[in-house]
Amino acid sequence: MSSDPVPTYKKKDFSSGLEVRWCPGCGDYSILNAVQTAFAAMGVPRENFVIVSGIGCSSRFPYYMDTYGIHGVHGRAPTLATGIKLARPELDVWVVTGDGDGLAIGGNHLIHAMRRNVGLKILMFNNRIYGLTKGQYSPTSEQGKVTASTPLGSIDPPFQPLSVALGAGATFVARTADRFGKHLQEMIRRAACHRGAAFIEVLQNCNIFNNGAWGQITGKQERIDNVVYLEQGQPLRFGEEGRRALILEECGQPRAVEWNDGGDPRLIVHDETRPEPSMAFLLSHLAPPEFPLPLGVLRDVPAPAFEDLHHEQIRRAEQSESNDLAELLAGPSTWTIE
Amino acid sequence: MTSQSPSQGGTTPRQRVEAAIIRLAGDSGDGIQLTGSRMSETSALAGNDVATLPDYPAEIRAPAGTLPGVSGFQLQFASKSVLTPGDQADALVAFNPAALRVNLSGLKQGGILIVNSDAFDANNLRKAGYDHSPLEGHELEGFRVYPVGITSITRQALEQTDLSLRAKDRCKNFFALGMLYWLYSRPLEPTLEWLRRKFASQPELAEANEKVLRAGYNYAETARIFQTVYEVAHAPLPAGLYRSLDGNEAIALALAAVAHQSGLQVFLGSYPITPASTVLHRAGRLKAHGVATFQAEDEIAAVGAALGASFAGALGVTSTSGPGLALKGEMLGLAVMMELPLLVICVQRGGPSTGLPTKTEQADLDIALHGRHGECPMPVLAAASPGDCFHMVFEAARLAIRHMTPVILLSDGYIANGAEPFRVPAPEDLPPIPVHFHTDPETFRGAYVRDAATGARPWVRPGTPGLEHRVGGLEKDAQGAVSYDPENHEQMVRARAAKIEGIESDIPPASLEEGEAEDDLLIVGWGSTWGAITQATRELRQQGLKVSSLHLRYLQPLPGGLGEILEQHSGRILLPELNRGQLREVLSARYGVTIEGLQKVQGQPFRVSEIKARARKMLEETR
Ligand SMILES: Cc1ncc(C[n+]2csc(CCOP(=O)(O)OP(=O)(O)O)c2C)c(N)n1
Ligand code: SF4
Ligand SMILES: [Mg+2]
Repeated sequence: MSSDPVPTYKKKDFSSGLEVRWCPGCGDYSILNAVQTAFAAMGVPRENFVIVSGIGCSSRFPYYMDTYGIHGVHGRAPTLATGIKLARPELDVWVVTGDGDGLAIGGNHLIHAMRRNVGLKILMFNNRIYGLTKGQYSPTSEQGKVTASTPLGSIDPPFQPLSVALGAGATFVARTADRFGKHLQEMIRRAACHRGAAFIEVLQNCNIFNNGAWGQITGKQERIDNVVYLEQGQPLRFGEEGRRALILEECGQPRAVEWNDGGDPRLIVHDETRPEPSMAFLLSHLAPPEFPLPLGVLRDVPAPAFEDLHHEQIRRAEQSESNDLAELLAGPSTWTIE
Repeated sequence: MTSQSPSQGGTTPRQRVEAAIIRLAGDSGDGIQLTGSRMSETSALAGNDVATLPDYPAEIRAPAGTLPGVSGFQLQFASKSVLTPGDQADALVAFNPAALRVNLSGLKQGGILIVNSDAFDANNLRKAGYDHSPLEGHELEGFRVYPVGITSITRQALEQTDLSLRAKDRCKNFFALGMLYWLYSRPLEPTLEWLRRKFASQPELAEANEKVLRAGYNYAETARIFQTVYEVAHAPLPAGLYRSLDGNEAIALALAAVAHQSGLQVFLGSYPITPASTVLHRAGRLKAHGVATFQAEDEIAAVGAALGASFAGALGVTSTSGPGLALKGEMLGLAVMMELPLLVICVQRGGPSTGLPTKTEQADLDIALHGRHGECPMPVLAAASPGDCFHMVFEAARLAIRHMTPVILLSDGYIANGAEPFRVPAPEDLPPIPVHFHTDPETFRGAYVRDAATGARPWVRPGTPGLEHRVGGLEKDAQGAVSYDPENHEQMVRARAAKIEGIESDIPPASLEEGEAEDDLLIVGWGSTWGAITQATRELRQQGLKVSSLHLRYLQPLPGGLGEILEQHSGRILLPELNRGQLREVLSARYGVTIEGLQKVQGQPFRVSEIKARARKMLEETR
């Protein structure tokens, strides 16, 4: 690896120059834009980035980034990425996945990557649809979704990606949206600073097969009542001029109430560092129309990263055991034939 | 009942024999496998050539005393070269009626039969399906039967110890082992030393087992139950340092050797599955030798992580058995597209599905050769014996790295668990495995610009400045850009295939293992049937029959010159396989030759006699 000072990058230094083939108007463009901008500002040599994806519109992502990358197998990006991170922990390994890629076919790998706390930064582009295969419902589609494969409406209830991540023990969990470029960049920066697995759900619009799926969140007018931005140490205020807030009733039930100058002792004050995940889990479940959707970092707690433990065991073995190959091949009992 | 009476007066006569075949059988909780491996190692240390066949049930502790719960272990040790655990046993130790019932047909007429008479109670007899005790009937006539109260004498020997009755009873396998050691003039010392190592933290157990081992030895000596003591002299093996080794241990050791000779980190991603799990277990202890292991959430993740590690500049390895190889199929397609080194080890078992998970079979050849989507060729190699696993892992790794390709290595349950004396290679005698990472942006012309000699693409480690590039499942052009161009796709499909076919010039050409080109019959084999085929060929030749043999370690690409040899023998070729004829179909289709198959799909390896019988029949028919 080069020990030269890290060059200062511009956004375009991270563009591979390959013609981008997403549909015009697709939310993936703004995510690409935000990632390129955020990577350029990170102070990490470009050659240290590896981006690994599965299959889907979203998973074309690595081709458009001038970093090392793998466009992998449907659902299996976390497996490839885990191997890379274990073999070369010094690399910055990012995973790009979709709601189908990450939660349907690849659900198993996703939860295990988070359970192990492998130092992967996972961006899940959630458009609540299968884009690449032309519009079937996905594990995040709302129940009753009429699609090409569900002409009478889907009958299975959806996952909340963040609840899945938290349930799997993720140590960093955040949510943002394609339309909120600055917020998206900030979440990417935060994820990069986290040691261990980081999971970011990016609400993404598929203007071809599921247009407006997040209109209630990203619409200029709608977002006022439907989004609450999580800020460390701050009460959860939302609505016009922050006139509303979230409280937790004694029975454990969250409720949206009028803001009365912070006097209510039941106000939820956000603490992303809480070791115990149940408040983050509660937040991950809040959604309109009853509640605003939380955007920001739900959880960011320290825990040993898998690759560190993996290499710690190797280091200990190297210190305490012989590495003599002849001795190993011979084993504890040998005999000689003259 | 032909129970043997103690020999009278004087010392017991000694008889020198060339080879001995012993079978041990009991409940899966009786410690049969352990007893068998101690006897094997002791014989190997005594300088014999040894071959073993562990044969255990799929259940960890199958219901005690039942027929399906019987665990067996056969070994042959000899003063000559032995290549198989032997057909019929000279001596059988049966720890209970079920073990007797299952194994009696495997004992030679006139053979020695030691039974634990304490276990022949009404309950056990019923579970084994006997309506009377065979010790009292006629069915054991023709054998030399030694009923010994193994359980009760073991308890007596341990009277003074504080062990629980259960713990005492668990020592009884060492009583039988002691008897065998006396019967075959084996030293106790290697086993005693092993006990001290094994039970270093539980000296009371080491002591108890030692007591019982000695009790068995002394019992055989003082009770004088055997008429003869046998001796097997040491075998004329090539000079060198030897150890006892089973196939899976050989694979693990080879991974360390590969790390050493290539300078690469070896990364084994695996998911437990019988009979491959012990590769992961053993490799897990090789961290100081450059081998890292990762137990993944499933076989897909295991191969995915291995492939990721290869992309990162390590040598990715994954170990599995048939069901796992099926799961890995899609990722192997990606590996073929990414053109990275990757080693896939498949230790075959009886299939399909869970099939006979603890038994051996060669039925994953088809999936190894063809079981992927698209035009997806990759080299397929097969190990011939436990020790050969070491050399073939090394060879598979060399090919994977040199030719930038995933490689499948086939082993199977028989050689994975079977042990033999292994001549320990000196590290300085191992060939180097050259590795070249491309680092210079000036000379980098594209991710898929191929080496003129091998057709391999350059290997670039992430972290190399100026060589950032993307690989993946979509078809690429030579520069590494995604390409949907029809001509390019066809050209790339052909280039990938040509690269694999070209490996033919990097492997040894086909040659006869035994015999001469003009012989009347050629026996062809691959994988673990090597021992039985070679032994059968040698025995037939000793009887003056003109039989030769040829063994295939490379199944894709096939070695050069194979076609000519087969054409020369067309119509006079026998191909024994533990499947329905998978290689026979490949060779017949490829070379248009007539081959007779000898098929066996019973979860058991071939007996030498089965191959000899079919060979004789063919020789008579073609005469
Ligand atoms: C093994 C396998 N099964 C199915 C497919 C087809 N397939 C490709 S992408 C996809 C769904 C992608 O949905 P999502 O992950 O949400 O990505 P999006 O296109 O919406 O970004 C499917 C079913 C495939 N490529 N491989
Ligand atoms: S189908 Fe939808 S997700 Fe895919 S590129 Fe088009 S707009 Fe984007
Ligand atoms: Mg989607």
